[in-house]
Amino acid sequence: MAMTQFRARALLLTPAGLWYAALLLLPLAVVLIFSFGERSAIGGYAPGFTLEQYANLPARFAAFRNTMTLAPLGTVASLLIAYPLAYFLAVRVSPKWKTMLLVLVIVPFWTSILIRSYAWIFLLGGKGIPALLAQIGLDDVRLLNTPFAVLVGIVYGYLPLMVFPIYVALEKLDKRLLEAAADLGTPPWRAFLQITLPLSMPGVLTGSMLVFILLMGEFLIPAILGGGKVFFVGNALVDLFLQSRNWAFGSAVAVALVVIMLITVALYTRAVKRFGASRDDVGLM
Amino acid sequence: MRLYALAVYAFLYLPIGIIALFSFSAGRSASSMQGFSLQWYGRALNNPFVMEALWTSVRVAFLSALLATLVGTMAALALTGMRGRMRATFDLLVQIAVMIPGIVIGIATLIALVSVFGLVNPWLEAATGWKLSLGAGSLIGAHGLFTMSLVVLLVRGRMETLDPALIEASNDLGATPFGTFRQVTLPQILPAILAGFLLAFTFSFDDFIIAFFVAGAETTLPIYVFSSIRRGVTPEINAIGTMVMAASLTVLIVAQLLLRRSQAQQRR
Repeated sequence: MAMTQFRARALLLTPAGLWYAALLLLPLAVVLIFSFGERSAIGGYAPGFTLEQYANLPARFAAFRNTMTLAPLGTVASLLIAYPLAYFLAVRVSPKWKTMLLVLVIVPFWTSILIRSYAWIFLLGGKGIPALLAQIGLDDVRLLNTPFAVLVGIVYGYLPLMVFPIYVALEKLDKRLLEAAADLGTPPWRAFLQITLPLSMPGVLTGSMLVFILLMGEFLIPAILGGGKVFFVGNALVDLFLQSRNWAFGSAVAVALVVIMLITVALYTRAVKRFGASRDDVGLM
Repeated sequence: MRLYALAVYAFLYLPIGIIALFSFSAGRSASSMQGFSLQWYGRALNNPFVMEALWTSVRVAFLSALLATLVGTMAALALTGMRGRMRATFDLLVQIAVMIPGIVIGIATLIALVSVFGLVNPWLEAATGWKLSLGAGSLIGAHGLFTMSLVVLLVRGRMETLDPALIEASNDLGATPFGTFRQVTLPQILPAILAGFLLAFTFSFDDFIIAFFVAGAETTLPIYVFSSIRRGVTPEINAIGTMVMAASLTVLIVAQLLLRRSQAQQRR
């Protein structure tokens, strides 16, 4: 019996195992190997063992700098906008409307990010918000193709992902704690700082980590709203692999990106553990 | 507080609304509203490039979702209740697949497949006259890799909440393992499987970044839209965008309803 069960399991796992081996492990290994190689004369990859590509990383410093400033900035901006909304949904809204309002937050997240980012070309372009600003006397405000445009796109794209975990954390909060605090004469702002905020930290940390990880690999938002002036590591990768075909250097950039991401996630996970959060808070799927 | 919430909802829906509004414009400008017409919808639906890209996207999304659901469900069934090194390995693989940025998966798949094809093709061509190349096949494989991991998470999550007493009872009553699976387990996990299929379909249908690298000569709808935006915005793109959003929304609402039903069953 035990033997047949083992064989049944092995049989069920074989297709998934082969899929992971062929299209996850093999490609990641190839990237790692290529990152130590050289660029061949016609582009692509030539075998070798050199650290040249990694030494060359500072050539793409701007892309890393933009990613490492705009990704945290975008995460914080999303957090600041998402928190009050999540609080409103979890604490203030009557249960009758709650589900519908929550679904309305998530719906945009599940439609194409390409089309949603593209919509901002209209709003931030010459005939959009700058035209409105011109009417109140602020002429020549450029918004499109600036870091601000990319930031708006980021907040717009990832806000739902931030609202949801914070909402879940706040929803679990025992309202009697706040009543007790009020009965004991605690002013509302202190009750918020001492009870609500610390208890919602797991949601804040989960949401921030999710948004940050996704932002690290972002390509579309800077490509559409940054107009080639504000670019991320993702945009550098597209350039290296599809235009200049420098696979060895591109692989080193990709490895560096993943390593930075893993370090950040590791630091985050430690922080999350300290605040006692669980990964189950992510219920978006 | 209420005003603030209203402002955030406006922020979330204004851009989507503007695209939908401009798509009904009668004029040629993509960024203003001039009269009302459905002409851009007609234009989009009669554009052979759009229709071919749409057909590629639908085909790839359907096949990758089907394979991902089948293989992912099988893996989830095997992993439930499993301990030890094998379980830890698969948990790690699922996590890696979900966490590595799509763009890295895209380039990794691209260079790995091009290298493997480069090694295999001379030999294969001499033997059969056929050559391997990037295209719908590599798209299905790369999309399915990610969505299969989502299916594993969804279905395993559902499996772990099942009441083991039901399965024991079925076994005690003399049902074969397959009979128990078909009559007891499957009906309970079916909503999660269907939801997984729909999420997988939508992911593949909406994905741009992985497809950009591994599609080869094929053009999917997001690739078509992206390259059109690069050339300049037209009302036709607004019409396509509106249709795509409406289609993904429909699929996702169905997926949500199924998931909710599966969760409601869970509570019973």
